[in-house]
Amino acid sequence: MWFPRLASDRALRARPVDGPFALTLKQANAERLHCLNTAAERQGLHRGMTLADARAFCPGLLSRPADPAGNTRFLHVLRRWATRYCPWVGLEGDDGLVLDITGSAHLFGGEAALLADMRQRLARAGLTVRLGLGDTRGAAWALAHFREGTAEAGAPHAALAGLSVAALRIEDDTVTALQRLGLRTIGALENAARAPLARRFGPDLLLRLDQALGRQPEQITPLAEPPHYGVRLSLPEPIGLFDDVMAATSRLLDQLCTKLKAQETGARVLSLTLRRVDQEAQTVELRLASPMRDAARILPLFARGLGEVDAGFGIDQIRLEAVQVEPLPVHQVSHVSSGRADQLDDLITRIGTRIGLENVQRFLPADSHIPERSFLIAAAAWSEPGGSWVATRPRPVCLFPPEPIAGTAARPPRHFRWRRMSLSTARATGPERIAPEWWLPDDNWRSGMRDYWHVETRQGRRLWLFYTPQNPGWFVQGEFA
Amino acid sequence: MMRHMTVTNDIPLPLRNARVHEAYGPGAISFAAVAAARAGSLLWVRESWRNEMINPVGLSDFFDPSKLLLAQTKDQTETLAVAEEALKDGAVPLVVIEISRPLDLREGRRLQLAAKAGKSTGLCLIPDGMGSNAAETRWHCMPVFDAGDSTLMRWEIIKNKSGTLRAWHVRWDATARRLHVVPPAGERPGSAGAPG
Repeated sequence: MWFPRLASDRALRARPVDGPFALTLKQANAERLHCLNTAAERQGLHRGMTLADARAFCPGLLSRPADPAGNTRFLHVLRRWATRYCPWVGLEGDDGLVLDITGSAHLFGGEAALLADMRQRLARAGLTVRLGLGDTRGAAWALAHFREGTAEAGAPHAALAGLSVAALRIEDDTVTALQRLGLRTIGALENAARAPLARRFGPDLLLRLDQALGRQPEQITPLAEPPHYGVRLSLPEPIGLFDDVMAATSRLLDQLCTKLKAQETGARVLSLTLRRVDQEAQTVELRLASPMRDAARILPLFARGLGEVDAGFGIDQIRLEAVQVEPLPVHQVSHVSSGRADQLDDLITRIGTRIGLENVQRFLPADSHIPERSFLIAAAAWSEPGGSWVATRPRPVCLFPPEPIAGTAARPPRHFRWRRMSLSTARATGPERIAPEWWLPDDNWRSGMRDYWHVETRQGRRLWLFYTPQNPGWFVQGEFA
Repeated sequence: MMRHMTVTNDIPLPLRNARVHEAYGPGAISFAAVAAARAGSLLWVRESWRNEMINPVGLSDFFDPSKLLLAQTKDQTETLAVAEEALKDGAVPLVVIEISRPLDLREGRRLQLAAKAGKSTGLCLIPDGMGSNAAETRWHCMPVFDAGDSTLMRWEIIKNKSGTLRAWHVRWDATARRLHVVPPAGERPGSAGAPG
């Protein structure tokens, strides 16, 4: 099953356009056509052409940027869809699927009917498809790409003999070299002596030939279904009491945690959907501070969210899903308990359900002389405490945006007013010159370098003042202990 | 933690456990930092709109800033809810709460009960004159100028439910991470009198 226009078909399904259309992808510094529709091909455009050339040929060309990651996802969706025909479905390159329909064709009324069904359903979905059917994976690939059709069972040779050698899934320069030798078709290649071919082109070419003709086996690797972390519970009678809902949740959590444990993963975001008898559904989301699969610890964390649920006439279906999971390897049981760290994680989760998990933060040291950038603030749930905190020079315990005070001399003013207090300098230590980091533009540092002074006032306050020599002025930026 | 592991000169530090205390004045952050140095780990709850921000580099003279968790809240209601949750949980021994409007008796009492349930200590940093009746102790903290020393502070206990009121002059020794109580200026040998 080959989708020659997978990317553009997908884009056109979302937003159909009339006339020539192409998706562009930036390759080697040029926008090149990645995938185009039939109308564009009829205008003489082809893949790999630069967008500028294509526009010159065809002024009416509409284009959009391509999304390779989205196409891969789409192909995986198609792969899942194709399991309706047979259980053994694998990916073929980035625009094809390979199905092993041995033993399942009769369910659809034979091979021809199966192909017709596929073709009809895909056409209805707006996808161009080319189908090839053969005894071997190689034969099917060749037919899909070069001459759509079916190879008779047991006789791949007859169907393939007339095809170009490019249909063997070999590299382009091998194809060119073979054509220079006059071996243009698979039939000609088959009749040539094998030993000189192997000497000249290596074993790969003959392997591909044998695979296409069924003399060498080739496996189809079906993709494993991704594990599904969702469990549900339907209740014979609707429930409405908080304790009952908690009990049901606990039962679901046990099931889910067993699943998580089998896959060595931990849940990071859980979503609990409660469906009421009147078909209304309410969702409680729980974001955890660390990946977890301990049902006894997760259950109390749901309490706050469940307390806010309006049960109405009762809840008759509960569904629990781990929306986001992270790997969580099994740990060795140790004598030293890690209870304290777990307790802290639980607290972070509980506070996070109220103010948002990203608002529970911790400081991380950063390597910068600029006072505001000498530390980072990171969400505690997604960072580890670490790094060493070394204050090479005295630093204030609190910082605020610079507040201007009167004065233009290079020495700290003897008397100044700050926050409606009149202060007089008793001792000034400094200056400590800090230059702005030119590689990180910062509006606050527009006034140029700063000379910082530790000023102790006679009134007691110990302030961090700075003077900007390039733009004379005095500011207060922090206060010492 | 012992209840009266006093430094010297019977200053009631560390703060009494399972209670909520209050500190105000320009030296309140330093007071909280000294309390944190004894507690180990702490949670600092502040409202995110505030301009003033604690500086972990400066606080590293008192305690290891990697032991600090910061909760940034939208308003004081959230602040109090987070503080109550954390105090009741007891996972962190000290919760520092930046307060911007006076607590009513109910809010103060709730915090007090939460601290009792979790056996943790709360410390509210309050604006001047916004103390709550439920607080166990209230401290007025002022930095003091001293010719020979730039860490001198005056801590005055102005409300104490289980003790007397007094003032101390203290000094923080950053290398030893110890608090020293110094005799008031007038009584110090070789001192000419109170500065200023």
